[in-house]
Amino acid sequence: MSLINTGYLEYEELKAVQKLPGKERYKKGPVAVMECVQEIPCNPCEAACKFGAIHIGEPITNLPALDGEACTGCGACVSKCPGLAIFIVNKAYSETSATVAFPYEYFPTPMAGEKKKAVNRKGEVVCEGMVVKVMNPRAFDHTPVVTVEIPKEFADEVRSIQRG
Amino acid sequence: MIQRDVLVVGAGPAGLAASIEAGKAGAAVLLVDLNMQPGGQLFKQIHKFFGSSAHRSGTRGYDIGEQLLREALEAAVEIWMQSTVIGIFPGNKIGIERGMDGKEKELVTVLARKIVIATGASENAIRFKGWTIPGVMGAGAAQTMINVNHVRPGKRVVMLGSGNVGLIVSYQLLQAGCDVAALVEAAPGIGGYAVHAAKIRRAGVPIYTGYTIVEAKKGKDGCVCGCIIAKADDKYDPIPGTEEAIECDAITLAAGLKPVMDLPKLAGCTLTYSSAFGGYIPIHNDRMETSQKGIFTAGDAAGVEEANTALEEGKLAGISAAEELNLISKKKADILRKEIWERLVSLRSGPFGERRLKEKESVLKEYAKRAGIPAAEDQEVEKCH
Repeated sequence: MSLINTGYLEYEELKAVQKLPGKERYKKGPVAVMECVQEIPCNPCEAACKFGAIHIGEPITNLPALDGEACTGCGACVSKCPGLAIFIVNKAYSETSATVAFPYEYFPTPMAGEKKKAVNRKGEVVCEGMVVKVMNPRAFDHTPVVTVEIPKEFADEVRSIQRG
Repeated sequence: MIQRDVLVVGAGPAGLAASIEAGKAGAAVLLVDLNMQPGGQLFKQIHKFFGSSAHRSGTRGYDIGEQLLREALEAAVEIWMQSTVIGIFPGNKIGIERGMDGKEKELVTVLARKIVIATGASENAIRFKGWTIPGVMGAGAAQTMINVNHVRPGKRVVMLGSGNVGLIVSYQLLQAGCDVAALVEAAPGIGGYAVHAAKIRRAGVPIYTGYTIVEAKKGKDGCVCGCIIAKADDKYDPIPGTEEAIECDAITLAAGLKPVMDLPKLAGCTLTYSSAFGGYIPIHNDRMETSQKGIFTAGDAAGVEEANTALEEGKLAGISAAEELNLISKKKADILRKEIWERLVSLRSGPFGERRLKEKESVLKEYAKRAGIPAAEDQEVEKCH
């Protein structure tokens, strides 16, 4: 797995390890994408979801399994994941664009309306992104969740924005 | 001479947990630590912890630290900071150089019925040409600078080592506003959790697996101005002709930790070597009692792991010490220990934990063999030497 050598997973590799939402689910709107790929002892995402859409169970080293039908794409799990490995992808945002929401713990915290360079899992700039929403309530405990609008074809690639 | 039921050395997660459990049971607990503030490494852990949501995972380290300090206060634990244990003498007498709030330190002897050694671990260094130039430091030191003292170690940092410490501190350097020019790892693969590596990768940090640092370069100001890295062979030695130069003004080393064994050695605890746990550790039983009756250990001193396991081991030590002082019934202590061991097993499961799980088992077995009842013969043999 390239992850072990390079620190990132190619999308194809990710798909082989984690069950990702299918085409039909994406049509219905925002949904969580769990990019958690190693059996580590961790389960706060399970308790974070009030819809019961994330299952880990016992032992807690199980990979999280997402029930796409129960997931509303609310993003509550995104800020709770210590690994910052959960994203909310909305491929039904508009005809041509999608949104990706990700945890962003750097200063300055972006603001809605700002244009940012959107980056992939390797940190490479892939396109321009427009910040459409920043959620940073107290319950998120200093992990703002930033949503960017990007061209639809990059929805499976974009996972953050360039810092600064 | 001062008398206390339990003396705990080290106010990190393990020592605090042990103190809280023993204190809650009604023991007069004295917790000593040589640092300015209690909490060990918890207050520089600004990230959210992994683990079970039932046990404060998803909570930032410093918040866990605050909570433990509150619990210690409630359990009436007496804490001496800037206080160093300088000797353990027969009959559980402990010499302490006690910090006196800015005044001259005072030498105090404490007679403790039970002792818990939770002295943690220290960072390993790596030697290469120029490793003593200012700007080369442990990753833990850099983490203390940014998260406790709010000072950047440099503008552009090269990190050596891709275990969780190297990955997490790299991320926190980025959060503090530094650039991380490279993360260099001599092994062919990343050592820590993939999600930690993924965080710094998407922030644009290049990861050089199969590379090592050959040399730190000294600038005109006498400090680090760059480093030379090269591909590493299977013995982690640099391969000539593969060198690359990287500009940086700080080099941080995350080459693992080793348990601090000064006090267990002083106390005559039997040690065993464990590569999975970072070096020599005291053999101990499932109550965390060492080969010396009445002396317990917990946390990184009992094998380098992480804060969650340290907390659980600390609880084991505190409960067991309280039980031996007849403050908790055996029945209750057995139930609590069983629950804690179940949690420890789950924390040590999965591909990252199974080696520690096995090795902990063999440490317990070694205790049973070498320190078991009746009083171990091999200790007699050791005395003869």
